Amino acid sequence: MFGLEKKDFTLLLIVTVMVILAPFVLNPFPEGTAMAQMFNAGYPDLMQRFAIFGILVIGFNILFGLTGYLSFGHAAFLGAGSYAAVWMFKLLGYDIIPAILLSIAVSGLFSLAVGYVSLRRSGIYFSILTLALAQMMFNMAYSVLGNPSSSYNLTNGETGLQVYNSDPQVLLSATDPNFPHLFGLSMRSETHLLVGNWDFTLNAGYYLSGLFLLLAFYISIRIFRSPFGLMLRAVKSNQQRLNYTGLNTRPYTLMAFVISGMYAGLAGGLLACMDPLAGAERMHWTASGEIVIMSILGGIGTLIGPILGAGFNEYFKNILSKINDSVLHEWLSFLPDGFEDIMVTLIHPFVGKGWHLTLGLLFMMVIIFLPGGLVEGGQRIGKLFRRKKADAPSDETPAE
Amino acid sequence: MGILEVKGVNKRFGGLQALGDVNLSVQEQTVHAIIGPNGAGKSTLLNCLVGKLIPDTGSVMFDGQSVLGRTPYEINQMGISRVFQTPEIFGDLTVMENMMIPCFAKRDGSFSMTAFAAVRNQKDIIEHAMHALEDMNMADKRHMQSASLSRGDKRRLEIGMCLAQEPRLLLLDEPTAGMARADTNNTIDLLKQIRDTRDITIAIIEHDMHVVFSLAERITVLAQGTPLVEETPENIKGHPKVREAYLGEAQV
Repeated sequence: MFGLEKKDFTLLLIVTVMVILAPFVLNPFPEGTAMAQMFNAGYPDLMQRFAIFGILVIGFNILFGLTGYLSFGHAAFLGAGSYAAVWMFKLLGYDIIPAILLSIAVSGLFSLAVGYVSLRRSGIYFSILTLALAQMMFNMAYSVLGNPSSSYNLTNGETGLQVYNSDPQVLLSATDPNFPHLFGLSMRSETHLLVGNWDFTLNAGYYLSGLFLLLAFYISIRIFRSPFGLMLRAVKSNQQRLNYTGLNTRPYTLMAFVISGMYAGLAGGLLACMDPLAGAERMHWTASGEIVIMSILGGIGTLIGPILGAGFNEYFKNILSKINDSVLHEWLSFLPDGFEDIMVTLIHPFVGKGWHLTLGLLFMMVIIFLPGGLVEGGQRIGKLFRRKKADAPSDETPAE
Repeated sequence: MGILEVKGVNKRFGGLQALGDVNLSVQEQTVHAIIGPNGAGKSTLLNCLVGKLIPDTGSVMFDGQSVLGRTPYEINQMGISRVFQTPEIFGDLTVMENMMIPCFAKRDGSFSMTAFAAVRNQKDIIEHAMHALEDMNMADKRHMQSASLSRGDKRRLEIGMCLAQEPRLLLLDEPTAGMARADTNNTIDLLKQIRDTRDITIAIIEHDMHVVFSLAERITVLAQGTPLVEETPENIKGHPKVREAYLGEAQV
C-alpha cells in the first residue's frame, strides 16, 4: 500500500489511528475531577505540540538517525520557519498555505547555507559548527534584525513578531476569520463532544497538524527504505568505505541536512499557524538541545521513535510543571502533618518550576537502561510477551 | 605502457623522505606485488595511488589519465578499487545491503537522489548484488549483520564489494594481515581464483612472502622509499639486494 511494505504500512496505520483518536485517548478522566486537571492531555494546545514536535523530530531523525551527524542547531530552522509564516500573515493575510510554503522554503535555504558550511567537518566539530551558526541566527533575530526603530526590523526583537491591525494583509477579505485559517476554517475552531462527564475537544488546528504529521511520517518511511536512505545509513556506518566505493558523501549528507531543515521549517510554520507569533527564544540553543533529547528519548534511527520521544517529552513537561505545592499537599494529605510537610519540601524541587530536574532524571534513566530509547523498551516488552506465548525463542529480527 | 604508471614520485613527511623517486609500471591483467620491510613506504605509495595523499612531485597515471588531485571517490569511479588492511565494510548493515552499495555506485555514479523509490524494487541492483554474493559463496549469509561476520568473511565481503564494481585495477593492502593460517590460505585461493577468472589487474602490497610468491607475477621490492628491484618471483628469491633489505627479518 502506498509503495510501503506490509510492516511499514501497519506502522503508518497505527500512527494514523493514534492521531485520529488522540483527543479521546489522551482524555481518560472525566471533566472537573482532580485527575483530569492533572493528567488529561487531550486539549488542543498540547496535542498540537505533540504533532508539531513529532514532525520536527521525525525530520531531525532523518539527519541524526540515518547519517549520525548530530546537529545542535535545528531550533534555528524552526524559528526561521515561524518568522517566515508570521511575515506571510502580516503581508498577505491569515491564509496558512502561503505561510507554510514560505516557512519550508526559508528553512530549506537556511539549512542549505548552514549545512554547506558545517558539513565540511564531522563528529564534534560538525556539532559545534551548527551550534555556533544557529546561535548566531538566534542573536541576529533577537537583536540585530529585531530593532523596532530601524528600517529593517525583520523579527521585532524581544517582543517577538506578531500581526498588527496596521499590517498590509493584502489578501485579507472581510469574511475570513481573524486567525490563521485554511480556506476559511480557523485553526482555533473546535467541536466539543460531550459524552457523559467527558468533554472531548476536536480542534481544527490539531487535526491539520496531525495530517502534516502523517505526511511527514510517510515521507520519512519512504526515505528510510530508499536507496538514498541506504546511503545515509552507510555514511553513519563507514564513510571511508563509502568514499572508496566511488560515492561522494557530501551531497548525501547535505541533502539529509536540508530535508531535516525543511521538516523543522514546516514545524515552525505550523507553530505560527496555531498561534500567530514568533519569538527568538524558539531558536535558542537550549531548544536545539531539546530536539536532540527528544530524538534520543524515542530511539535514534527508528521510524516511530521520534513521535514517541516528542510525545513523552511534551507530556511530562506539561504535567510536571503543573504540579505545585498546594497540589502536593492535597495528594499527600493522608500523611501525618509534619511528615507531609517534609515530603512536600523534598518533592518540591522536582515539580512545578523544577520540572527540568525530573525530566532530566527520566532522560538519564532511559539512556542508562534503554540505550535504544522508548522503542527499545517497547521491543523488550514485546519480546517478553512473545516468550510467554510461544516457549520457543523467536527468530532474531534486526531492529528497525 | 602499463595500466598504472608511477613516475618520479616523491613524498616527504617533515624530515622523513617516505617515498624517493618511485617509478613503477603495472601491466594490464597481471598480479603485481609490492613488498618491502616495515617503513619502506608501501602504504604511503598506495595512499598516493588512491587519492588519500598527494605526492610532492611526480605523476601517477591510470589508463592514460592522471589521478593526482582527484578525490578517492573520483579515482574509484575511474576504475580503481581498494581493499584495506583491516576490512572496511558497513558493519551496521546486512551483508546484502553491503553488497548493494557498490552496485548502486556502479549504476548511479557518485551521487543520486533516489529518495522515494524503495530499495526492494531495484530489481537490477538486487540481482547484481546476489550474483556478486554467490561469486563469494556468501549468498546464504546475506541477512546477517556484517559486523558479526568472521574476520575471513569480512575480508571476503570486502573483496566481493570491490569486484562488484568491476574495477580494472584492484589494490590490496596487506589483505592477510592479522589472519590465521587457514583464513590466509582461503584468501590466497580466492585471489587466485579472481586472477584466473577475471579480466582484472591486481596490485598487492604484502608483508607475508608466502602470499606474495603464491600469487604475484611481478614483484617490486621497496626499501626506504625507493624501489630496489623489479623481477619475477623466481628471480627475487635469491636476489642479493633483497636479502640485504630484509636482513634480520624472516628468511626469503
